[in-house]
Amino acid sequence: MRGLVLFVLLALMGVGVGLMLIRPQPLSESDIAGITGDAKRGQAIFTAAGCASCHYRPGATDDEKLVLAGGQRFASDFGTFIAPNISPDPVHGIGNWTLAEFGSAVMRGVSPDGSHYYPAFPYTAYALMEVQDMADIHAYILTLPASDTPSAAHEITFPFNNRLAAGAWKFLFFDPQFATPESDDPQVTRGRYLSEALAHCGECHTPRGALGNLDMTRWLAGAPNPTGSGNIPPLTPGQLEWSAEDIAFYLETGFTPSYDSAGGHMAAVVENFSKLPPEDRAAVAAYLKALPGG
Amino acid sequence: MKLIASAVVAAVIASAGIASAQEFKDQLKARQGQFNIIALNLGVLGGMARGNIDYDADRAQAAADSLAGIAMVDPAALWVEGSDNISIDGTRALPAIWDNFDDFASKWGAYVTAANAMQAAAGTGLEAIGPALGALGGTCGACHDLYRAPQ
Repeated sequence: MRGLVLFVLLALMGVGVGLMLIRPQPLSESDIAGITGDAKRGQAIFTAAGCASCHYRPGATDDEKLVLAGGQRFASDFGTFIAPNISPDPVHGIGNWTLAEFGSAVMRGVSPDGSHYYPAFPYTAYALMEVQDMADIHAYILTLPASDTPSAAHEITFPFNNRLAAGAWKFLFFDPQFATPESDDPQVTRGRYLSEALAHCGECHTPRGALGNLDMTRWLAGAPNPTGSGNIPPLTPGQLEWSAEDIAFYLETGFTPSYDSAGGHMAAVVENFSKLPPEDRAAVAAYLKALPGG
Repeated sequence: MKLIASAVVAAVIASAGIASAQEFKDQLKARQGQFNIIALNLGVLGGMARGNIDYDADRAQAAADSLAGIAMVDPAALWVEGSDNISIDGTRALPAIWDNFDDFASKWGAYVTAANAMQAAAGTGLEAIGPALGALGGTCGACHDLYRAPQ
């Protein structure tokens, strides 16, 4: 009898410790103390981070791409994720979120009600963002049109449909640090920030393990397409035999060196990069050429 | 008997599959040839824009004329229903083309507009090529984004 009680107590403690380990860890007020977002500056960061590319409604064109109504579907081994409404609508979007709530979502994967987001939302990359840049994105999003489209529920299979699974995943794999070492070259450092923190290139170009975790030993080494058809190409210098100028030109125009053109989600990435200054495209190119695996 | 019947049915279905791939052979060749002509001529203009090829107004104009010529090919003859990548091999054309054919046609229309703009610009000087090329690239990407399967 005493043994049973002890067992139950230990089991409960185990559950308690487990829940503590996987508890949501939002940004604290001190993380954002004294930070005020600048919407004007936020536009370019928002573009580099590719927020709209996943959050505009399916099939949106031109200015509709700034209505962040959600609804695009992202297939994975765990089910289909559906991008939510992140427009400034106070009910269906993020219009009522505080800066701390927005920052916790973007940089920690924690929702305002304290639950975990699935890492289909690339907060694993955005966690590397400067807090000021996050605040600038927030200020910029609040200037965009509101949409009252309700967010749709993800179509996730058991047992991943429990958000505690996302908490366990974060405990195992959410480790916000850059994949590549700091460079002495400021252009490469800028490229690293754009590629790893903002544009989250690794989400598609790095292969994943059985639990959807990025295989950091094969950073940007190419991966199967999560849609199930074809492959996402490798970007490491040994595999991608383009010059830095080829890469920058591709990011500007979508044209490969043989004048094929970007397709799939990469077309959206090119659309974003074409709006950034030429120095940023050159920085990403320099970063890719400096990757190991040459 | 039933076995033979189902074998016959299976054979008919299989040969129907082969027949349809055969049926669209000319359309696939035409589509892919069309894109190759676009790529080769973009290569001339892009090479000039990047400074890898010396600017020559006549050569730039000839490349742009070719792009505009391709723009005159009627897409209806090439993009025949049933010639998508689920139905047949040898193409990356997604079935979504035929689910949204009006949108697909308007995206081709955007290429036509951009190719005509390039035709007007290419002979006037090197500095006119870059922006026209960017606009053209945007029209390629806009269509590939929705209607072409990844490699």
